[in-house]
Amino acid sequence: MIYFDNSATTMPDQSVLDTFIKASTRFFANPSSLHYPGMEAERFLEKARGQIAALCRVSAQEIIFTSGGTESNNLAIKGAAHFYKSRGQHIVTTAIEHPSVFEACRDLEKEGFQVTYVKPKANGVIDIADIKRAMTNETILVSVMHVNNETGAVQPIEGIGQMLQHYPQTLFHVDAVQGFGKVPLDLNKSGIHLMSVSGHKLHGLNGTGFLYKQSNVQLAPLLSGGGQESGFRSGTEHTAGAASLAKAARLVMETNMDPVKRITRWIYDELAARSNIVIHTPIGEAAPHILNVSLPGIKGEVLVHALEQEGIIVSTTSACSSKQTKPSRTLQLMNVNSDLAASAIRISLSSRNTLQEAEQFIEALDRITPALAKKRNERT
Amino acid sequence: MKYDRVLIRYGEMSTKGRNRSKFTNKMKTNIKRLLKDDRIQVEAQRDRMFLYLNGASFDDVKEKLMHVSGIQSFSPVVKTTQDLDEMKEAALSLVEKAMNGKPASFKVNTRRADKQFPLDTHELNHEIGGHVLRETNDLTVDVRHPDFILTVEVRAEAVYLSSETIPGAGGMPAGAAGKAILLLSGGLDSPVAGYMMMKRGVEIEAVHFFSPPYTSDRAKQKVIDLANVLTTYGGNVRLHIVPFTHIQETIHKQVPENYTMTSTRRIMMRIADRIREQTGALAIVTGESLGQVASQTMESMAAINDVTNTPVLRPLIATDKLDIMNIARKIGTHDISILPFEDCCTIFTPAAPKTKPKTEKVQFFESFLDFDPLIDEAVRSTETILLPNNESEMDDLL
Repeated sequence: MIYFDNSATTMPDQSVLDTFIKASTRFFANPSSLHYPGMEAERFLEKARGQIAALCRVSAQEIIFTSGGTESNNLAIKGAAHFYKSRGQHIVTTAIEHPSVFEACRDLEKEGFQVTYVKPKANGVIDIADIKRAMTNETILVSVMHVNNETGAVQPIEGIGQMLQHYPQTLFHVDAVQGFGKVPLDLNKSGIHLMSVSGHKLHGLNGTGFLYKQSNVQLAPLLSGGGQESGFRSGTEHTAGAASLAKAARLVMETNMDPVKRITRWIYDELAARSNIVIHTPIGEAAPHILNVSLPGIKGEVLVHALEQEGIIVSTTSACSSKQTKPSRTLQLMNVNSDLAASAIRISLSSRNTLQEAEQFIEALDRITPALAKKRNERT
Repeated sequence: MKYDRVLIRYGEMSTKGRNRSKFTNKMKTNIKRLLKDDRIQVEAQRDRMFLYLNGASFDDVKEKLMHVSGIQSFSPVVKTTQDLDEMKEAALSLVEKAMNGKPASFKVNTRRADKQFPLDTHELNHEIGGHVLRETNDLTVDVRHPDFILTVEVRAEAVYLSSETIPGAGGMPAGAAGKAILLLSGGLDSPVAGYMMMKRGVEIEAVHFFSPPYTSDRAKQKVIDLANVLTTYGGNVRLHIVPFTHIQETIHKQVPENYTMTSTRRIMMRIADRIREQTGALAIVTGESLGQVASQTMESMAAINDVTNTPVLRPLIATDKLDIMNIARKIGTHDISILPFEDCCTIFTPAAPKTKPKTEKVQFFESFLDFDPLIDEAVRSTETILLPNNESEMDDLL
């Protein structure tokens, strides 16, 4: 199997799984318990937290363990909105966010918050000036993703953060789920207050993730309970999950992304040379591992299944929305017409993929597309 | 800008004569152990030490080096070729980093070890200084009291430039001055006392008295955490945890209440002395500060010290509590020390301990019972933990 759907989820690293199993066996006690095994578990959990903090160059108390990207995004956005609503009730985000940001904002709208959804430029990148234009005196939160999950477009986080220095009342949240460990991001330089990260995009495990929360930022927690994670995320600590996340984060940070970048670039060049293919990913401004392309006339879904029969796994747009029949919201905002958007597929690589796999993919694509296009022509 | 190496300057060590290599080797070992990075090579020279980073990040190294005793100061160094433009460019970015957006004064200090280099030191100072001055605002030259010095060292193989001098911890390399036993309670003072001794090159073995079930595993963990912090100042720390419940209960029954504290301290001192003998340490270190509590009056110290001839070193004896707290904050033990877990001293404390105990009296009270078997038993049951501890098991998993 050639697995090119790493933006949906990655295959867990064997050593991360080993850590999870050993940690579950060795440090299974409840870290909040008073006895020695509990304390050991607590110590281990704190070590995991410390390691993640060190990788992000922040302090340990600024890392909140969560169940993943969706929870981190919800906690950041709803938590900040609820805590700071007396300052103002306006939120700025983009129209290309992941549903866990988008829907969280929709929920807040129902509560009476005003949300501005900034549209991207035609290449899928947000213009800092558009964010600035959306700002009001009431804006308490700006939420912008680091890397778009569908197109791989890298958003100008550092620039937005610097622009927001002029808005001391406004918090800056970044959904870094697709970018963490793949595209460098300096938390301190970018003026980020909140950042979401998920474990299963880093060869870690599903159900693990964290939210970076700058120490002087407050949040209203989503969950009521025992007050774990400094009160921001109740629920018995997932010690082994946290350890597996710390390990996965370390491994991804140590991984050189240049080879992946080269393979992605190679696929890009191959695809760009074919006249029947439209590429949506802005390659110069994109993450090193995501390509979004359309083969006009072939529905994305059909191509996904056809490639699957060749043992090659890709996806249509994002996994979260691929079961819906609606064409990609992001692509439509990039002025891609709905027929073309409906034929889009996403190829997302990881450091595990090889150039040989990329060659096989191109070879298979060339082999199956004429037949698919023909079928389509026959039908019409 | 990428740093290539770190220049480390020795402190007092450089005043040493024939023993110097012993000190520098000790420091080299301590640094290697602390950095735990195989890429980094350490080269100890007579008057300075070089770390070759080989791709490791200076920021990571900086944090750790600041704690190493024996280092007077250190500087990150950039390496260039003998190309003048390249040197100028590196000099400029170093200066901008040193200025950090604020006005500053500087001077250039050039050493030309490679006499083949076409420009002499004066010309080099002029060329590089002039370039930097032209390219920056708010920068002035002050050869007497500059805010920072840009050093340029021209060698045959390369040119080394540096603008930043970071103060080190000073003192002597840990472990270079023999070994002592530290009485580590879990309070604010004793870890600071241990740190002060380590700074003077003393290797520390810590002794803690543990009274389960009156004191919890959390109190024990707190002491382990404190000892772990001390290990970051160079050298491993062995922590001896002495089961003390039985002795405390016995003293409580045997000795009049106002003398229990004095007696308890005397037995602790005897146990510490036994462990000192076993480990080959030469002295006992305490965190006592004159007049701070009942056990730290001159009379109390005399009564307690009565049980041993071993030197009892009290580095904090004349230090004010607030100053001790400041050091504790600086070395990272403060926040652990103030955690509210009962230790063995607080639980059995009498309501009104004698502040001026008489040695003859406490000897008399203790004479009714032979404490030696109890002390033997306590020393035998002592648990020893090598720190930094089962960290390695946890570290392997992460």
